[in-house]
Amino acid sequence: MLAWTIYISFIGVLVLMLLPKGNAALARGVALLFALAGLGLGIGGFVQYKSAIAAPGSDKILTITNADWISALGIHYHLAADGISITLVLLTGLAAVAGILFSWNIENRTKEFFAFYLALIGGVYGVFLSFDLFLLFVFYEIAIVPKYFIIAIWGSTRREYGAMKLALYSFIGSAMVLVGLIAAHVVSGAHSFEVGELAKYSYSLNFQMWAFPLVFIGFAILAGMWPFHTWAPTGHVAAPTAASMLLAGVVMKLGAYGCLRVAMTLFPDGLAHWRTCFAVLAVVGIIYGATVALVQKDFKFVIGYSSVSHMGFVLLGLMTLNVIGLSGAVLQMFSHGVIAGLLFAVVGRMVYDRTHTRDLDDLQTMRLSKAIPFAAVTFVIASMASMGLPGFSGFAAEFQVIIGAWSAFPTLTILTGIGILIGVAYTLRVMQKAFFGDADPKPDEIHEPFAPITAPERIGAVLLVGVSILIGLWPRLLLDIIVPSFDSPLFDWLRRGK
Amino acid sequence: MSFLELFQLAVPETIIVVTALLILIVDVVSMRDLDLRFRFIISGMIACVGCVGAIAWILISHTHENAFAGMLVIDPLTQFVKIGILALTAFTVLLSMDGDFTDHVGEYLALILLATVGMMFLVSAEDLLMIFIALELTSLSLYILTAFNKRDIKSAEASLKYFLFGGMSAAFTLFGLSLVYGSSGSTNLPEIATALAGKGLDPLLIVAIVMIVIGFGFKVAAVPFHLWAPDAYQGAPTPSAAFIASGSKVASFFIFAKVMAMAFADREIAGSGAWHGYVAGWVPVVAIVAALSMLLGNFVAIVQTSVRRLIAYSAIAHGGYMLLAVLAHTQQSLSALIYYALTYGLTTIGAFGVVAMVERGTGGEKLTDFAGLSRRTPLVSFCMLIFMLSLAGIPPLAGFFGKFYVFSAAVNSDPSDLGLLWLVILAVATSAVSLYYYLQVLKQIYVTNPATATGPIKPSVLTQVVLALLAALVVFFGCFPGFLIHGL
Repeated sequence: MLAWTIYISFIGVLVLMLLPKGNAALARGVALLFALAGLGLGIGGFVQYKSAIAAPGSDKILTITNADWISALGIHYHLAADGISITLVLLTGLAAVAGILFSWNIENRTKEFFAFYLALIGGVYGVFLSFDLFLLFVFYEIAIVPKYFIIAIWGSTRREYGAMKLALYSFIGSAMVLVGLIAAHVVSGAHSFEVGELAKYSYSLNFQMWAFPLVFIGFAILAGMWPFHTWAPTGHVAAPTAASMLLAGVVMKLGAYGCLRVAMTLFPDGLAHWRTCFAVLAVVGIIYGATVALVQKDFKFVIGYSSVSHMGFVLLGLMTLNVIGLSGAVLQMFSHGVIAGLLFAVVGRMVYDRTHTRDLDDLQTMRLSKAIPFAAVTFVIASMASMGLPGFSGFAAEFQVIIGAWSAFPTLTILTGIGILIGVAYTLRVMQKAFFGDADPKPDEIHEPFAPITAPERIGAVLLVGVSILIGLWPRLLLDIIVPSFDSPLFDWLRRGK
Repeated sequence: MSFLELFQLAVPETIIVVTALLILIVDVVSMRDLDLRFRFIISGMIACVGCVGAIAWILISHTHENAFAGMLVIDPLTQFVKIGILALTAFTVLLSMDGDFTDHVGEYLALILLATVGMMFLVSAEDLLMIFIALELTSLSLYILTAFNKRDIKSAEASLKYFLFGGMSAAFTLFGLSLVYGSSGSTNLPEIATALAGKGLDPLLIVAIVMIVIGFGFKVAAVPFHLWAPDAYQGAPTPSAAFIASGSKVASFFIFAKVMAMAFADREIAGSGAWHGYVAGWVPVVAIVAALSMLLGNFVAIVQTSVRRLIAYSAIAHGGYMLLAVLAHTQQSLSALIYYALTYGLTTIGAFGVVAMVERGTGGEKLTDFAGLSRRTPLVSFCMLIFMLSLAGIPPLAGFFGKFYVFSAAVNSDPSDLGLLWLVILAVATSAVSLYYYLQVLKQIYVTNPATATGPIKPSVLTQVVLALLAALVVFFGCFPGFLIHGL
């Protein structure tokens, strides 16, 4: 059933391409239908997985298909899911639906926009559900091209530059992964690309010492690890709203997922040697992202850098190598995906599409809390969630990461606390400047009242806020599938290390 | 072996020769005064029927034969490559039917078919003399094909450069081949291998191998023998350029790999290009050539404003990747090479078809002439999307799997040592760079709006069908490469 999330997205692309040009409403409706179908299938898969792991003796992995594909190289069309995959599939479904709702006002080349969008979603679903590393790589690269076109055609500031930078960074990252993948396949002598098979072979330490950082950094580029994060702020700002939501919300998680599923699973000994280095880089990312966000003049850049900062938590959690930290990292992937989506939706759709400016000083004069109160309320709630206030998903996730990190890297954990404080600072600053500023407007800047918040925007905002509160109050909903995943044979290395 | 038996082995080639002569006769005798497009269609159809007939004959005749000690070798692999070459020829002919660059339709198509005959004999040859004869037949036909647009001086210039360069390289090749004969006492490839085994690298053999690498390097447009390629691709009429880039590349790479792997397989002659395990031989030489091709091809393509020159420099880069498979000289790498070359041929013919269509529609083939193409011809633009992404190596297209297979085979040639990994890393890195300039073309097509308001372009139904078919094949062979590899 879960495999249909992928197929339905690509079928949606075909259907959209065949629709008549110029009928934007039809294109939107069709796209929304397919995205909702994907989300529904994701929820179905969630239920299916929960019942599967309840059975005694289950290896905590739900195999979906496993067919011979290219037998000359031992490549199989192997789709499977564990709790981590399903969490991220759910996130993708939510981000897809919300993104389409927040793109309801696109009139220029609408059906092409949604065609590229669904192609991106399909590729992302594929990455999360592939257990054959060749197949994972295929879907990973499929996701690169639609990103380029969405940003280059429908984006705003420096869109062609931002799109090309993002595409090239992603492609270079995947090139690094390709080298590591081929080397691992050849050295192991396994006639297979299945992640479990490749992980069983114990690679020499010399090999792992260079293969692990190669593959990890290749994926971490997409996850926005400092100092390879520079594509992220440029790309997010250049992208149209739905793409920013998807980029920060889901695509950056592709990188983190790849780090966990591929780099850490295949090369645990290399991981043991490199983990302190990457944990330090993660914390640098948290503090650097937050500090740079503090001084930005452009509203969207603040959110872009905050994404880099929040992804630092994910990477720190991955480096803790204990179940609490790792499950916190996965939960943070989900939580930040929802919250980042919400933040970009407010900045892009609710504010920029109406005010046509993202400069914080200009926004100060517009009294947005009175002009578009729904946007202000949504942003305040999103800010609470982003700062890590209890009751929202961000708190549950970051709390787990910090507890996990404390046992592994106490000093770094204290520095992370400083990062959280700076996070509060930039969030409150941007909230005050954008919505609650009360500077007087210059005489020539008086404008007509803004368009009211439309129904799709309201639905999207309620959806995302609702999910964040749901997971914030009941994180067990997701943790009940994430934590058992670490009992699967794929994480034997985790238990061996004890 | 009697002449009749030999003739039975060479039926496909004979079919093509007869078709070529038939087209010449039909065109010269009866069609000189008719409309150009009508002549192209009739002659083109005859050519396609001939190609299909030859493919059909190859498919139904299963033979393993070796005529006259390597002059004509029939085995499943060579037959498969021949089918591939015939298919590429058929596609080239189909795409040339829209052309208006020449009045000499019969001569043009006959030359294409004669070049195909040369390629077919080339892949069947395991004898040095036969290799040279077939190489010359192909090359001479291609020189003339490049010059066919008599109304454009660039065509004549391109052909002259190609011919002078090619003639010189043929001289190098022949001298090298004769030195090999001198060293080994035979012109048959397996016999050469046994004669040279254990003798090691003596100076005469070194000179011979270097000359052969020069000769073949010219044919596949490898650095530093690539200087003819950008001008030839830019000046030649589009179908000729497509033909040079596709069929000729397949045949040249196949025979290059065969000669090096069969005649010079001995460890002492081959040497090793491993990172820390350098051993003198032809492998490190070809490794340097491959590395230079990848670097130069990709980096110079970045600054091109003409799409044809961009494709030419990218062809040099792709030649570098394919040379990776040549220097790995294992069974798997040969299979990877053929897969890559055939799918690359299909993609390039498609790309040139789109370029030809844009030239007819807008009068030029600069990047700016492609602006806004997706709004003017959605279907053809989508096909170009597939071709460009396949060349860049984006899955699930054939170009991606070709690169993956070649890189895997190169690393796999030395599993214990991963010696060629440095070259694979270079290949992957330059491949990442290549995405930039392929996206530049796609940016013009999809993102940029044309400078002046322009209406839709309506390519002929034939062009649309052929391009769609080529794009479908690229996607199909990318998603299910087993179908092609199975034949290898």
